Amino acid sequence: MINILAIDDSLTIREMVREVLSSAGFTVTTANDGVHGVDVFQQDQYDAVITDINMPKMDGFGVIESIRGGGVNARVPILVLTTESGPALKDRARKAGATGWIVKPFEDEGLVNVIRRVTGAR
Amino acid sequence: MSRDDLKATFFAECEDLLEQLSEGSQAMIAGTASEDTVHAIFRAVHSIKGAAGAFGLENLVTFAHCFETVLDLVRSGDLVPDTDALHTILRSGDMLADLVELAQSDSDEIPEAMPAILDKLNELAGIEPGLEAGAGGEETEEFFGFQPVVFDLMDEAGDPDESCFRIRLSASSDLFRNGHDPVLLFSELATLGRVETRCDLSALPVGAAFDPERCYLNWEITLHGQATETAVRDVFMFLEDLCEIEDITAQAAGDIAVAGTEEEADHAVQDDVSIAEAAPAAAGIAPMRTPSRFTPMVADETPAPIELALAAEAGLAPAELADRPKGPAKAAAQVPQTTLRVDPERVDRLINTVGELIINQAVIAQKLLETGLATNSDIMSDLDDYQYLARELQEGVMAIRAQPVKPLFQRMQRIVREAADSLGKEVALVTEGEGTEIDKTLVERLAEPLTHMIRNAVDHGIESPEKRMAVGKPALGTIRLSAAHRSGDVLIEIADDGAGLNRKRILEIAVSKGLVPSDAKLSEPEIDNLLFMAGFSTAEKVTNLSGRGVGMDVVKTAITSLGGKVTISSRPGEGTQFAISLPLTLAVMDGMVIHAAGQTLVAPLSSVLETIRPRAQDVVPYGREGQLLSIRGTYVPIVHLGNLLGFTSGAPITSDNILILIRSEHSGQVALAVDEISDQRQVVVKSLEGNYGAIAGISAATILGDGRIALIIDTDATLNLAGDLGRDLTLIEETQHAQTAAMG
Repeated sequence: MINILAIDDSLTIREMVREVLSSAGFTVTTANDGVHGVDVFQQDQYDAVITDINMPKMDGFGVIESIRGGGVNARVPILVLTTESGPALKDRARKAGATGWIVKPFEDEGLVNVIRRVTGAR
Repeated sequence: MSRDDLKATFFAECEDLLEQLSEGSQAMIAGTASEDTVHAIFRAVHSIKGAAGAFGLENLVTFAHCFETVLDLVRSGDLVPDTDALHTILRSGDMLADLVELAQSDSDEIPEAMPAILDKLNELAGIEPGLEAGAGGEETEEFFGFQPVVFDLMDEAGDPDESCFRIRLSASSDLFRNGHDPVLLFSELATLGRVETRCDLSALPVGAAFDPERCYLNWEITLHGQATETAVRDVFMFLEDLCEIEDITAQAAGDIAVAGTEEEADHAVQDDVSIAEAAPAAAGIAPMRTPSRFTPMVADETPAPIELALAAEAGLAPAELADRPKGPAKAAAQVPQTTLRVDPERVDRLINTVGELIINQAVIAQKLLETGLATNSDIMSDLDDYQYLARELQEGVMAIRAQPVKPLFQRMQRIVREAADSLGKEVALVTEGEGTEIDKTLVERLAEPLTHMIRNAVDHGIESPEKRMAVGKPALGTIRLSAAHRSGDVLIEIADDGAGLNRKRILEIAVSKGLVPSDAKLSEPEIDNLLFMAGFSTAEKVTNLSGRGVGMDVVKTAITSLGGKVTISSRPGEGTQFAISLPLTLAVMDGMVIHAAGQTLVAPLSSVLETIRPRAQDVVPYGREGQLLSIRGTYVPIVHLGNLLGFTSGAPITSDNILILIRSEHSGQVALAVDEISDQRQVVVKSLEGNYGAIAGISAATILGDGRIALIIDTDATLNLAGDLGRDLTLIEETQHAQTAAMG
């Protein structure tokens, strides 16, 4: 079973990610802001994290830095899922430790493929 | 969850986000916005844009994008909005709400005002032209759309399917840290064809210089197979910058036969990986492979100094690290209360079932009583508990339906803004008691009357800035909208600090419209209440706001149909106040069980003033068949309820009848003649319209303890049913006044 944590302040996006990934056989947990996301992350084993950038309390960069900087499962693949696509933001995310980048709106199949790629799931 | 469900989720979320947006922009205008507020409204617009894109709602995305660009500038401090800019932000919020509404009704229509607002937004965004690109979505293609492969070359090579790629992966030291796993990349590549891998270990340091967290390896991979360049690039999509992919199909054409079997290719991958793993292992640290499955070990073994070192790298002070992930308790305090979204239909079903349960309890109680069981017997006291629990349950379920009036009040901000703008007035809406909760249905059905009253307050209540200043008031008028719970009711007040009602003018209009006789002498409250009469409109010229052919009578009817009351009070020069009181819920009602013409009926207790068994001298004939009740010096018409509702025809009112004095919203009081009053009790209101059809004079039905169905009287409609009664009542008023005058 492959566990995915999706962090996004938009309920719609959370449910969409859940829908797409769970129909592809992944187990999806969601969190609605950065602080909550990092907290949830530390309570279980996740095979990949998908995070939004613009979120209340702690943004996506904060999430990446917290996960990369703290002990548990610090090398988990983290994908940024956002509408932003500027090179500066992308670079900042990579420097913070993001594994990859998915631009909203996403294709269902594309998201599944990317998750399969970074988790090695077939 | 289907796509439609997701869409419903989206629109529900939009509602919340638009509310935050509206609240935030209000705060910006009021100058009370904190940095967080600006961030929050940016995020609200951003979230709408993001999710709208997923549903292909282009208009919404386009507009939200421009809006967001401006908010981003405000957020970053690059744009300090002046009054005009704040105005545009408010307008944009309204426009966004309109677009969401249009999207919800599947309309592609572009609102008339949208281009103008877009121009304004672009103008604002154009203040710093260089910055706009940063927030743009246009680069999506550039970044993630890979160039299509040109197949013509391969055709020339003779074999259109065979291809060969050389991939050089010069791994960055951050490869592992960023969650990449080369093994996964190689195995994915192996699904595309035969893979040969050479690993370059030359950068691998020895001894103390070796950092197991870093990647020192470079690879050169050759892929033989039928893969397209797009597929190959796809595998390395996140490592684009570290990768050099070269199509060497032409050069390799002769070498293909030489390449090993797939098995060997797999071996090649495995061998290289084992080197990658071996090195960290030699340093005494577990290898970083598929991260999540292996990291628990790493976490346990990672000594504290390393953790701190990593934290330092990430720019965190040790203290920060120490108090950061301190378990769920702290997180719980930070995470706001989570809410549960439930289909309202489910709640309604539950409410219905609880209603049945209460009826069922009443039926049991009744039957037990009929068996002659003593009221103090054990079973009766158990039944009391049952009743108590059922009521608790009902209250609990009702609470689920309760919603704060805040979204409703927030919507009024826009109404005030638009009305004030179009009339050239300056009006602020101050809201109080936004957290007051009322039944969801009430919130929904209150929207229209409230909108109308607020518009009226701006239109007729608040004076023009010049007039205000002339009488020494601030140019800015204030409308206070408040909600509060008061003794089982909800009280909503709309108070303006305008000129107050012009009673002379109201009376003139009422007379000119034939609503009251020209010589009528009315008290101040009576004049004020003329506003609620059908066909009354005070607007001297028909403005496009309140002059829509709907008067306050419509407001009153709407409020009354919700079981509520609306009253008006006014002081010249100081303002006008409307007070609406509403029951907390529409599902239960206090009623008086009455019998008339062999029927059991329920009268809403809220309209019952008193019950009277009249003495013969208190009933005086009036007109040909009419009768009046003389009570405390005034006359109230008596109406035979059975005749009125059509159960009987022409039945006389006798001295055996009991009179129920009810308050009518339109025409003072009326006495309903009934045969008997059984008791007062709480009844569960069952809609007739859904199950049977609307009946004039009847608002709903209920089931009594003995299982019988009783109709609930709609007091106002009952009086309207009486046809000529309205005119009669006017005459009665007249008589009454004549009488009063004669006595005075």
